Amino acid sequence: MAGSSVSVDISQAMITAPVSAGDWLLVAPSLLTILGGSLCLMTRKNTKAQPKVGLIFLVLLVAANFGLLVRVLDKGVITMVMGNWLPPFGIAFTADALGVTLALVGSIVALCAGIYGSVTIQATERRYGFYPFLLFLMTGVSGAFLTGDIFNLYVWFEVLLISSYGLLVLGNDRLQLDGSVKYGILNLIGTNLFLIATGLLYGMFGTLNMADLAMKVAALESGASGPLATIAALYFLAFAMKAAAFPVNFWLPASYHTPNIVVSAVFAGLLTKVGVYAMIRVFVLLLPGSRDYMADLIAVVAIATMMTGAMGALAQSEVRRVLGYLVIVGIGAMLAGVAVGSILAISGAIFYAVHSIIVMTALYMAAGVMNMLGGSYKLRELGGLYGISPVFAAVFLVLGFAVSGLPPFSGFWPKIMLVDAAFDDGRYLLAGAILVSGFLTTLAIGRVWIFAFWRGGPEGTADGTVIERVVPAPQLTSAGIWIPLGVLTALVIYLGLQPEWMLQLVTRGASGVVEPFGYVRSVFGGL
Amino acid sequence: METGLSVLIGLFFAVSVYLMLSKQLVRMLLGIAILGNAVNLMIFTAGRLTREVPPLIPLELYTPNVATANPLPQALVLTAIVISFSFFAFLLVLTFRAYQELGTDDANEMRIAEPIDEPAPPQGY
Repeated sequence: MAGSSVSVDISQAMITAPVSAGDWLLVAPSLLTILGGSLCLMTRKNTKAQPKVGLIFLVLLVAANFGLLVRVLDKGVITMVMGNWLPPFGIAFTADALGVTLALVGSIVALCAGIYGSVTIQATERRYGFYPFLLFLMTGVSGAFLTGDIFNLYVWFEVLLISSYGLLVLGNDRLQLDGSVKYGILNLIGTNLFLIATGLLYGMFGTLNMADLAMKVAALESGASGPLATIAALYFLAFAMKAAAFPVNFWLPASYHTPNIVVSAVFAGLLTKVGVYAMIRVFVLLLPGSRDYMADLIAVVAIATMMTGAMGALAQSEVRRVLGYLVIVGIGAMLAGVAVGSILAISGAIFYAVHSIIVMTALYMAAGVMNMLGGSYKLRELGGLYGISPVFAAVFLVLGFAVSGLPPFSGFWPKIMLVDAAFDDGRYLLAGAILVSGFLTTLAIGRVWIFAFWRGGPEGTADGTVIERVVPAPQLTSAGIWIPLGVLTALVIYLGLQPEWMLQLVTRGASGVVEPFGYVRSVFGGL
Repeated sequence: METGLSVLIGLFFAVSVYLMLSKQLVRMLLGIAILGNAVNLMIFTAGRLTREVPPLIPLELYTPNVATANPLPQALVLTAIVISFSFFAFLLVLTFRAYQELGTDDANEMRIAEPIDEPAPPQGY
């Protein structure tokens, strides 16, 4: 339209005020990881430079998320709309305390995994793209935590899913191919269900912006019945599949023990938690009526998930598979928070997600160290690790206590909050299941500790024999192993001893989704 | 017209669920491909169908002056098509590699990662 004399008033369709410099942080996590991933991809064959480039961008990612958290705590929820189109027409990125907290913790875990991977990932696997996949996975994870548009959330889910496929098959052996087929097909069906529900939601409300949807759903007279019930059920199934909740959890124990241990660590920390995050976002922020309506169902699923996870962990003799089931126990506990739905319960679920991201990653990393020291992942073949490294035995014990929810570590506070909230709501069975699953988890992880660390040697070793190690563990002294494991363990202890600021943070995150005035105001301005 | 398409979409879903319930991986993949198309058609229909009215805005107006076709579902469907196509391509290669390595495309027989005759964990030492 060059030369046209028509003057157009763009303020009718677009935001004309410039975006304040600090708000640009909102797109930084996704942009940085895409840039870093692309750089790693270009230097794919330079296997020495790969970890350096990857780690630089992961550090930048942590810094960006930290800056974003400071800004959100300072200014409240912040929104940036792509292309400056007035909401709800442009795709909105909205950062609230819930999303940013999880994004920050997720990026810390990814950085630790990047450091750990610089030791355990071989040159071949680097050449086939460990660091690009890790960074692109973080693109998806950060985008999912920060987006304010439900279709966009689907797109970020797919970004993280395709990167996770890449990581999962890295190495290409039979075990991995078997696990990947199940992981791949079931997760793709899960995201397709998410897309179906989103399509129906769009057909019903004509908008995809979460703040707009929250208002329109709240204004709906028919409440949670009718087509909305179908949509809510589809969302529940889709996110339950992503989070590995009870009837649709089979892909997790089938695949999480197959890839390189650092890949398992990242997956256990991040992937299922994104599913839980999406469930909190959709059921508490968008469809609170449907959450009330489905609360009993969610509670049953939560109890069943905790119990299958705990029983599964007890029935396994392979360390990584025990841990896979412990991930599922955690998912059940977070779902319990969604089932109750009060601010306390959602705070507990978010705190549990933070705790679970850190502790599950650390536990898988510790399992990797157990394999380096003892030469196996099998309980029957492990033994005597306490004699090799008492410090590492202590670290594993701390992580084991944390995952069981024992004080004074990070798992204790969210469990207290969840049990308290369940009692307030009169759901005694749910509270009981949280406590019983914690007890069973203690048994399962305690058994791992007793067999791998406490007894003198592998199965068949007589009591009191001192085993001479001919080969000293080569990688044990490597800083690339101890730093990430140490940082995550320190976080677990710190969150256990000093939970106040995290409690404030998650309470703020939970009240932001239970009462979404701030969220809606941030997107639509003064409306 | 929405009614007709809805029936078609229902048929697509039925076929894809039937195929995905099979234990042969190839059939499952075909089911997933059809599922992707069913979802795309559904999003397209959910945006309501208007024929032959392009969403163009006349000069000197800010909004179209007649009801036009909805352009948004086409953008959504385009995104979803690209994604489901790339995933389908990946899964095809993955299942082929799995078939080469494991020698079967029967999901029931793929038990390398989770062996059937796994011994119970040790009870004591």
